[in-house]
Amino acid sequence: MSTLSREENEMVMMSSEESSNDSELELGLGLSLGGGKAKFKPPSPAAATAAGGGSWDQYARILTAKDFRSGVSTKTSSSSSSSSSSVTKANINGSCGTKRTAESPSSPPGLGVTLFVISLILGESGTTLDKISQVVGWPPVRSYRMNSLANNAKSPVTKDFFSTVDKCKSKNIVVDKNNITKEKGVRKTSLFVKVNMDGIPIGRKVDLNAHSCYETLARALDDMFRPSAAVGPRRSNVDEQGVVAGTRQSLQLLDSSSDFVLTYEDKEGDWMLVGDVPWEMFLNSVRRLRIMRTAEANGLGGHDVKIRFELEFERAWKIVLLADVTK
Amino acid sequence: MLNYFPEEVLEHVFDFVTSHRDRNAVSLVCKSWYSVERFSREKVFIGNCYAVNPERVIARFPRVRSLTLKGKPHFADFNLVPPDWGGYVYPWIEAMAKHGINLEELRLKRMVVSDESLELLAKSFPNFKSLVLVSCEGFTTDGLAAIASNCRFLRELDLQENEVDDRKGQWLSCFPDSCTSLISLNFACLKGEVNAAALERLVARCPNLRSLRLNHAVPLDTLQKILTQAPQLNDLGTGSFVHDPDSETCGKLKNAMKKCKSIRSLSGFLDVNARCLPAVYPICTNLTSLNLSYAPGIYSNDLIKLICHCKKLERLWVCFFIKLIHYTYFFSGVPLSNQGLNWIMQILDTIGDKGLGAVASTCKELQELRVFPSDLYGVGNAGVTEEGLVAISAGCPKLNSILYFCQQMTNAALITVAKNCPNFIRFRLCTLNPTIPDAVTNLPLDEGFGAIVQSCKGLKRLSVSGLLTDQVFLYIGMYAEQLEMLSIAFAGDSDKGMLYVLNGCKKLKKLEIRDSPFGNVALLADVGKYETMRSLWMSSCEVTFGACKTLAEKMPRLNVEIINEGEEIEASPDDRHRVEKMYLYRTLVGPRRDAPDFVWTL
Repeated sequence: MSTLSREENEMVMMSSEESSNDSELELGLGLSLGGGKAKFKPPSPAAATAAGGGSWDQYARILTAKDFRSGVSTKTSSSSSSSSSSVTKANINGSCGTKRTAESPSSPPGLGVTLFVISLILGESGTTLDKISQVVGWPPVRSYRMNSLANNAKSPVTKDFFSTVDKCKSKNIVVDKNNITKEKGVRKTSLFVKVNMDGIPIGRKVDLNAHSCYETLARALDDMFRPSAAVGPRRSNVDEQGVVAGTRQSLQLLDSSSDFVLTYEDKEGDWMLVGDVPWEMFLNSVRRLRIMRTAEANGLGGHDVKIRFELEFERAWKIVLLADVTK
Repeated sequence: MLNYFPEEVLEHVFDFVTSHRDRNAVSLVCKSWYSVERFSREKVFIGNCYAVNPERVIARFPRVRSLTLKGKPHFADFNLVPPDWGGYVYPWIEAMAKHGINLEELRLKRMVVSDESLELLAKSFPNFKSLVLVSCEGFTTDGLAAIASNCRFLRELDLQENEVDDRKGQWLSCFPDSCTSLISLNFACLKGEVNAAALERLVARCPNLRSLRLNHAVPLDTLQKILTQAPQLNDLGTGSFVHDPDSETCGKLKNAMKKCKSIRSLSGFLDVNARCLPAVYPICTNLTSLNLSYAPGIYSNDLIKLICHCKKLERLWVCFFIKLIHYTYFFSGVPLSNQGLNWIMQILDTIGDKGLGAVASTCKELQELRVFPSDLYGVGNAGVTEEGLVAISAGCPKLNSILYFCQQMTNAALITVAKNCPNFIRFRLCTLNPTIPDAVTNLPLDEGFGAIVQSCKGLKRLSVSGLLTDQVFLYIGMYAEQLEMLSIAFAGDSDKGMLYVLNGCKKLKKLEIRDSPFGNVALLADVGKYETMRSLWMSSCEVTFGACKTLAEKMPRLNVEIINEGEEIEASPDDRHRVEKMYLYRTLVGPRRDAPDFVWTL
């Protein structure tokens, strides 16, 4: 853990515009294009050069849990886009919500790792946003256009982002019953994938197309794998909440504080956390699932940090940045 | 002296009078002009289908060949009007068929069009040439098949933003081989597939085809084949624009595009691989109209590159959107747990103010700009702020029409825009938070909009939003002398606001208000005013039943409709009860007979 945190802190490098906001950041991951000793390719050549390099800075800043809770409105000194509150989900390893002081903007010499500075810029605070979104007919966009974009584009991440409620419920409160966004598509045929759980020798299979959101999938897996006396010998680790002989306690796979985490292998063979991407995108890339012990997944202390970016609307390509952490 | 002109001469002169407003004016001069005019009018425009009935129109204009009808109120676009409210076209088609009208063109907006209507239309008018449906509903591809099969001289089938049920019949294949007259075909709003081979053959045999807009289901290779057959196109709407950019197909597409030297208008990209976009660069130099508002798949950098080629652009529609970036840390190839470094972030890669800056520096001929949000909550468009608007106004002096969704606005920006662009005819601003104040001063946006109306003396259409007091309406009433349509939402403090508008805007035709504190005093102050207007919509305001009844009693030539949704329709509702939705309009024919249960005409 401490190794990780030191590396993280050493990796901090904020763009100069963000310096005033440092104290608000729990953890800074700074990636500024063209700055620092970046040993990576910019995620997209076009992006880097668009209207002058370093343009990512202008609307890129790390999000933190603090931003998420307070919905603080932050203004950067940059002239353009970024001018409103920022929100994110930030869970730091083993210490959800723990605050850390961010490093000063200039990274100590010799570290040379700069990562991405991204910011989420949203509208007003979360509550205002909810209120706005519940006003019928606002913003005044023709329902045909709304429906069309909702059908064609992937579901906006903000839905996953803000709705802590069951994702299966229609989130489209703006548009009324005439809305056809949700559940419009024809149900595909089955999409069975293997599921293995650490410590259980026998894997199962689950039909992903029988589900429309992560919650129901998690519940189904829970039912499948929930430890009970019937299952074979299990680990005897005390801190595993999931294993209490005789009781049927939920695995809480989507809960960050659970001792199990649900991961999946995507088309490119990388293991990803389930729940990050919009459901449809997940369906498109998942090959198999694995319920992993959290403990195993924690800080194994590798030197390489592979950061994967997935652009929601560009399923065709993913950017992998490799940043070497030099000691 | 003009009375001594024989009628034929008058008729000939009137042929040159084409706008319906001018024609209306001509008909008021004297009885003989009225008579000559009515027999010679071929194009009739009816802004509210319930203001008059088909029989009267046919009686007055027996030689009508082209009919334009508008049905539901504008706010129906935003789901404020329940379905089944009305706006049926069938009675019109039926009446015209019965009276032997030689109908050639029918243009409908916000009307309910059934398959039966389309079938009757197709079979009743042998010379029928042109069908334009905008924001209509109620029909399926079966109705389109009837049109395709029966209208032998069809020139135009233009479907814009309609909700159409796809019946999986091959409607496009119903165009007979003898159909060679198509000039314009737009089926972009259809969701189902059309037979590609039939489409290619249709295009090949219609040498006069100028406008073609495909739907989502038409793949890129079909587009490429079509373009080789139709290099004479003026207006192209691509369907899907997804392919391997290095493929032979894309190469052929680019070559085909190079030969299409007449394309001036481009739209579509309903599904897009941005790396295929360079295929359209050859036609960009001559484009005057570009609609990318249904293409959220084009990110700002690709968008900017595209726009940089479009120096002659006069009309631009774009949208902005969120691009999601997911961020997972890996250690030794194994993902960290949720407790690990797991960030969800969004990058706003929108057209953004930066993109608008590119537009401002490239598109000096720009006259019309529309910037839409593309996601439902309107988040992620902080990229479009007042700065983008100011940049556009500075760079595009010919700008006269704007629809701008943005996350924030300031008075200073609006004042600057007003100075830069005094030529606005349409100015519609929509802040995503409807009551957001000036982003810098926290004051209402009264002064900003005041500057707009003061500077833009030709302003005909205005939509306001943001935090607004009665003051803005004082300005509007004082300065907006040419204003014909005004849209108000979540604005104003008291009846005074509405009164300023009703008293001041002499040319006001349509007023629509929602969620604003205007009540009975304003409604009843000048009841005669409403006969000079086409319609008034008020929803979630302070108007009561009693006042509406009073108004209806005083003005027999208005239909005052109360829309009750989900409420019990009591025999005599309390006069003090607030009315949720009221729509009133002038009419020559009294209460309509096709109103559903939930609509009361007082």
